[in-house]
Amino acid sequence: MIYSIVQTAIILSTALFIFSLHWMKDPKTARRGVFAGIAAMTVAIISTMIDPAIINWDYISIAIVLGFVVGIPLSKVPLTAVPQRTALSHAFGGLAAGLVGTAKYYLWLSEGVEQLTTFRMVAIIVEIILGFLTFTGSLMAAGKLQEVKWIPQRPVIYKGQNFINLGLLGIAIVGGLLLVVSPAEYSYLFPGIIVLALLFGVLLIIPIGGADMPTVISLLNAYAGLAAVAMGFVLDNKLLVTAGALDGSSGLILSLIMCRAMNRSFTNVLFGGFGQVKAAAADAEQRTAKTETAEGAAEILEQASKVVIIPGYGMAVAQAQYRIRELYDLLTKAGVEVVFAIHPVAGRMPGHMNVLLAEAKIPYEQLIEMDDINSDMPQVDVVIVVGANDVVNPAARHDKTSPIYGMPIIDADKAKMCFAIKRSMNPGFAGIENELYFAEHTFMLFGDAKAVIGDLVKQLSGSGGGH
Amino acid sequence: MTFKKIFYTISAVILTYGSAFAESKEVATPDYFGLFFVFMLASFIGLGVITRVSRLLHTPLMSLTNAISAIAVVGSIILTGHDYPDYINILGGIALFASMTNIVSGFMITDRMLKMFKSKETKKS
Repeated sequence: MIYSIVQTAIILSTALFIFSLHWMKDPKTARRGVFAGIAAMTVAIISTMIDPAIINWDYISIAIVLGFVVGIPLSKVPLTAVPQRTALSHAFGGLAAGLVGTAKYYLWLSEGVEQLTTFRMVAIIVEIILGFLTFTGSLMAAGKLQEVKWIPQRPVIYKGQNFINLGLLGIAIVGGLLLVVSPAEYSYLFPGIIVLALLFGVLLIIPIGGADMPTVISLLNAYAGLAAVAMGFVLDNKLLVTAGALDGSSGLILSLIMCRAMNRSFTNVLFGGFGQVKAAAADAEQRTAKTETAEGAAEILEQASKVVIIPGYGMAVAQAQYRIRELYDLLTKAGVEVVFAIHPVAGRMPGHMNVLLAEAKIPYEQLIEMDDINSDMPQVDVVIVVGANDVVNPAARHDKTSPIYGMPIIDADKAKMCFAIKRSMNPGFAGIENELYFAEHTFMLFGDAKAVIGDLVKQLSGSGGGH
Repeated sequence: MTFKKIFYTISAVILTYGSAFAESKEVATPDYFGLFFVFMLASFIGLGVITRVSRLLHTPLMSLTNAISAIAVVGSIILTGHDYPDYINILGGIALFASMTNIVSGFMITDRMLKMFKSKETKKS
């Protein structure tokens, strides 16, 4: 009886999970997806709890209550902190997988070594290696994103790094193989493998810089999903395998999109150490950029008929979203068409800019993907670059010596005029000068993004009242 | 649109039933091929569904799939609740706490973000 109830629940949850992701195809139906997900989860949890063999209700209730106590505040973080929160939840997912694998190993070991079949052993080893490396790797990523003091922000690169990392992983895998061959005899190796996986997670993330975070977070997402799949194999549970596969494929697709948007490969992100690329490229040629005042810029904006705003991580740092919203309102009211051009890797995780702009109540129809806007660029009167840098650097199109050569960019330089808001002329994360700032029709607006846009808004609303 | 929906539903049913039947004969030894079968189909469905997700929603997508993969809660409940040695219950309990945190915060923050995505029309009304 219970068997068929559980199986029916699994079918129902699986279908609901698939619908949940299916409804994410459109912002209009997306919230339905969340409710389908919650329903699926509830069905799955209840169908597990009706098992009469479950007796330790005190442990279960404490863990669930604690989950709510920690989970609710985690869901209230400011949207600029969403990348950290996401990394942290990958860490929790990895931890859960790792611990379940560990518990299952010792349980079966105590019940009798014949329980540890080769299949189960392989699944357990895969689960704990993936789980624990995701755990520490994601914690490191979250720490870097949160700018925790004792975690280096800059990529840390040393000689033989890849050799050491892969060596550690290799040792863990060899240990795992020994355990598969003889689960009881080598049981002392099990904690060692856990330690190696934890260490590998840390070392994997140390060489990665902020701008690579979108890719790394997506990759860790895929690992967390695969760890859940491995858990499904260990526990012989189809629902876990399905949900893990859905999560894993989502992480995989997002990583691919991110890699393509940076014109890099997985191995290059993980083993390349992008951050340290020749800072020596600072060439002797000192070019000067033209500047413009807020008054002048406001006047030009008023005359424009189409304005494109290109946001980057700098916008989030300066918390300029709400000022941008005011600018958007004023210009729209004056009959100017304003859209936002979103580069896939702008921000610290996939889709980060969209969420920040949506929070500032920009209608989502105005948020345009890079590929869809580039062909319109020559018709655009004014482009405003807010806190973006490498994603608008024309060097990516033609300069073969540039480290970002080949990376798809938003063609800000093709618009009739460009305003770039920037604190100073310091180059971006890759240490590359941005040609865009020296282009003939580019004018710099120096200062904090929030303050500069505030000035523009003041000018525009002032002159608007004068009419 | 409806075709796609039907396709997903049918695949989901085949996916779960196919292996459920295979397994019901022998509960003692898990049907490993059934599990691989499920994994294969689920991955294809996952790739199909996720590529259609709106690019606007990639951040909420990640928090949603995160909550979904916290289905590990099912395994954690079994390890915590059964009459196993204490240390197994405790390991399970920590895993249960971690998964529950992901479920609660994952679904809540996804909904919070999705509420913010307003179209022009809804704003006017």
